[in-house]
Amino acid sequence: MMRFFYAFVTLLIVTFPARAEIAIQEITTPTGINAWLVEEHSLPFTALEIRFQGGTSLDRPGKRGAVNFMVGLLEEGAGEMDARGFAEARESLAASFRFGAYGDAITVSAQFLSENRAEAMQLLHSALTEPRFDDSAIERVRAQIMSHLASRATDPNAIAGETWDRMAYGDHPYGSYRVGTPDSVAALTRDDLVSAFKDALALDRIYVAAVGDITADELSQLLDELFDGLPATGAPLPPRAEFALSGGTTVVPFDTPQSVTMFGHIGIARDDPDFFAAFVLNEVLGGRGSNSRLMQEVREKRGLTYGVGTFLANADLSDTIMGHFSSQNGTMGDAIEVVRNEWAKMAAEGITQEELTAAQTYLTGSYPLRFDGNANIANILASMQMEGLPVDYIATRNDQVMAVTLEDTTRVAKRLYDPDALHFVVVGQPEGVVSN
Amino acid sequence: MRFLIAAFLAFGLGTPALAKDGVTDFKLDNGLEVVVIEDHRAPVVVHMLWYRAGAADEEPGVSGIAHFLEHLLFKATDTMEAGELSRVVAENGGSDNAFTSQDYTAYFQRVAADRLGLMMQMEADRMRNLRLTEDDIVTERNVILEERAQRTDSDPGALFHEQMNAAAYLNHPYGTPIIGWRHEAAKLSRADALAFYERFYAPNNAILIVAGDVTPDEVRALAQEYYGPLKPTPGLTERERRAEPPQLAERRVRFEDPRVSQPYVYRQYAAPERDPGAQEQAAALVYLAEILGGSGATSVLGRALQFDNPIAVYAGAAYGSVMLDDTEFSLVVYPKQGVSLAEAEAALDEQIAKFLETGIDPEQFERIKFQIRADQIYAQDSAMSRAQRYGRALTAGLTIDDVQAWPDILQAVTPEQVMQAARQIFDDRRSVTGWLVPEGGEEMK
Repeated sequence: MMRFFYAFVTLLIVTFPARAEIAIQEITTPTGINAWLVEEHSLPFTALEIRFQGGTSLDRPGKRGAVNFMVGLLEEGAGEMDARGFAEARESLAASFRFGAYGDAITVSAQFLSENRAEAMQLLHSALTEPRFDDSAIERVRAQIMSHLASRATDPNAIAGETWDRMAYGDHPYGSYRVGTPDSVAALTRDDLVSAFKDALALDRIYVAAVGDITADELSQLLDELFDGLPATGAPLPPRAEFALSGGTTVVPFDTPQSVTMFGHIGIARDDPDFFAAFVLNEVLGGRGSNSRLMQEVREKRGLTYGVGTFLANADLSDTIMGHFSSQNGTMGDAIEVVRNEWAKMAAEGITQEELTAAQTYLTGSYPLRFDGNANIANILASMQMEGLPVDYIATRNDQVMAVTLEDTTRVAKRLYDPDALHFVVVGQPEGVVSN
Repeated sequence: MRFLIAAFLAFGLGTPALAKDGVTDFKLDNGLEVVVIEDHRAPVVVHMLWYRAGAADEEPGVSGIAHFLEHLLFKATDTMEAGELSRVVAENGGSDNAFTSQDYTAYFQRVAADRLGLMMQMEADRMRNLRLTEDDIVTERNVILEERAQRTDSDPGALFHEQMNAAAYLNHPYGTPIIGWRHEAAKLSRADALAFYERFYAPNNAILIVAGDVTPDEVRALAQEYYGPLKPTPGLTERERRAEPPQLAERRVRFEDPRVSQPYVYRQYAAPERDPGAQEQAAALVYLAEILGGSGATSVLGRALQFDNPIAVYAGAAYGSVMLDDTEFSLVVYPKQGVSLAEAEAALDEQIAKFLETGIDPEQFERIKFQIRADQIYAQDSAMSRAQRYGRALTAGLTIDDVQAWPDILQAVTPEQVMQAARQIFDDRRSVTGWLVPEGGEEMK
C-alpha cells in the first residue's frame, strides 16, 4: 500500500510497577510538527490535546483580555459558516471541541469519533485558521464576558486571587486577571482580536498529544492538514515575572459570613535539583486528601475549615508555593495562626522519616493511577511536553521521588519555607485580623 | 465456624446475569447487590459502596444527618483509628472520598487493582463497626457548618436555589437541603447519627460497584470474603417518603442579596423521573432539555434569546432524569445588562408558547439523537463515571436492565413523544418561578 504521508516515529514503552504499560510514540510530521501518540483502539474515538504556549500573557499593553476574548470567538463562526452553522456542523458530527485561555497557554481539547474523523478535523481546522470574528458574535461574547466579570466583583475567592496577583506581580501580565477588566474588555475592537489571534496561535509554540483510535501515519497526516495555514511564529513571550510580595497580611473588607484566604511566598523552579524534595514536603504539609498536616491541624483537630490545601504553583514565568482555605469570620484568625505555626515548624524541623515514607508511598503509588482514560492521558502528555519533560520521564519520575532523603527534606524545608515571608490575603470580615 | 458458612453460602450466589458491555451483577446471600464493570485498559480499580439512604430518607428535624454521617464514617471503628482508612488508601497510592445526595450516600476509593481486597476489608468494617465519640461529633459538626458556610451561605445563587427547592416541595423531603438547615445541622447529635447509621448501613441496603481491571470471579470471591459475613438488617421496608400533594397554584420567589451581580430568572416545573420499566417519558424530557436549551447557538431558547433577539447572555434548560421520586424540569435566563427580569421572563414564556405551537426542527432532532448515541461511546472512557451511572440509577430504584435499556429507549424517542411530554409539563400551576436580584433590585409583579 502506497502512503503519501510518512511520519518519523520513535516508540517508547514505559512500564509502571503494577504491570501496566503505556506505549508512547513520538512522531514528527512531514511539515515538522512534533506530537506524542498512544494508540488505543478499544473505543472508536480519539482525544486530541493541543497547547499553544503563551496564552493570555501575550495580551498587548492596554489590551488585557484580548487573547481570552479571541479564544471565545473561535467557535463562533469560521470560513463559510456563521456561529450557528458551525455549531450545527459540529453537533451533526457529535464531536466536541473545548477551547481554553490560560496564563501560559491556549488549550484545545478535541474528541471525535473514528467514523467521521476527517470531517471533524476539517471543522476544527477552520476554527483554528479562519475564524470570522463577526460583529454580532463579538458583541454576544463580549456581553457574556462582562456578565462573568460583574459576578467576580462580588465573589470573595475572585477578589482574593486578584488582590494576590496584583500585589505579587504588578504590571506583568501575571499581575491582573487574564479575562481583563470591564473597562479593558469594553474597549477591545475587532482589530485587537485579530491581532491577538495572530500573536497567540502559531506553529512555533505548539504542543500536541493524541490518545485513541488512530495510527501514527493517520495522526501525522491529520496534524499537517489541521495546522495548515497557521503562521510560523507568534509574538514574543513576556519576561519572567518578579515576585514582589513580602511577609504580612492584607485584609480586603467584604460583607460575608465566612472569610477566604490565599497565602504563600516564592517557590522553587520545576528544573531545580531540589524540586522533588519540595514536592514531597508540600505533600506532607498540605497535599491532597485529608492526611496532610494542615488538614489534620486546621480541620480534623479543630474544625476551623472545610478544607485547606497547599501547592507548588509552577507557572512558565514564576514559581511560588501557595495555599488557600475558608473559615468563618470568628475563627479565621485562629486558623491563620495554626497555618503560620505549621509553616514555621516545617522550616525549623522539616518532616519525619515516617512522613517522608508515607508521602513517597502515596506519590509513587498514585502516579500510575493518573493514566486512566484517553482524555486524561492526552492531557498529561501535552503538559509534559510543555514542561520540557522527556517521554521517559514517566518511567523515571517515581525513582526521583524515591531518591529524596530525609537530609534533603530538612535542608530544602529550611530553604523553601520562610514564615517571615509568608503573606496572607484575606477577604471578608475576619475578627482580630488586620493588614500589616 | 465462619469459614465453613462462607464456603456454604458461596453456593447460594445464583447465576450471574449475562455480561453486557462488560457489566456483570450478582447478589450475596446477605442481600448485598454487586455490579462489576470491566475495563482492562489500565491496572486501576474504582471500588464504590452505595447506600440506599440519602437526605430525603431523614426523619423531620434532623436535616443534614445523612451528610453528617458521611463525614463521621471516616472516624474510628473497632479495628481502625480515626482517619486510618484514608491514610491506608493514600499509603497505597489511592484516593478516596464520599458524597451524599437526596437519594443515596456513596463511598469510594480509586486504587491499583491488586489492592481491591484491602479496600473491601475496610469498607465492610465501617458498614457495621463505627465507634463515635462525643469529641468526633463536636469537631466534625464544626466542619460541616464550615462546609455550609463555604458552599451555601457564601453563595447567593446557592441560597436562592435552596429557597426555590423549599418552595417547590410542600411536603416531600426534596425541599430540605442535603447539607441541612443551619439551625438543625448545628444541633445534630451522636444519637441522631447512630440512629441513621444503624437503620440504613446494612448489606441488604447497599450496592457494591467495582469498575476497572478486575474480573467478576475475582470480585465475587473478595466480596464474599469481606462483605459476606455482614449481618443484614431485618425488616427494612420499601423507601416511602412523605408524598407531595398535587400542586394547584403557581409559586413565585424573589431572593435579594447584595452579593448578586448577575440577576437571573429561574423556572422549574414538576416533572417525572425515570421509573423502573417505564423510562420513555423521561427519555422524551432528556430530548426536550437538549432541544430547548442544550447549546447556545442551536437550541430553541439559545437561538431566540441569544441570537435572533439577543436579550440574554445565557438561556438554558436542564433536566435530571435519575431520582427516586418526582423531580423538576428547569429553564433559566440570564438577561443582558439593561434588560429587566420581567422582560426576560416574558420572552421566556413567549418562546415556550411558540415552541408548543411550531414544534421541533427535524434536523435539530437528528443531530441530538446522534450526539446522544455518541455520548454512549465517549462515556466508556471513564470507569469512574460508568460506576457512578449504575450507582445513581440503582439507588434511585432502577434496575440493571433499566440502565442497559436506556440507550435504546433514548434512540427510540420520536419528536411526537417530546411534544407530548412538553405539553404535559409546561403547566404554570405546577411551576415555581424565581428571581435572583441584587439589593434594591427589580420588584416582582
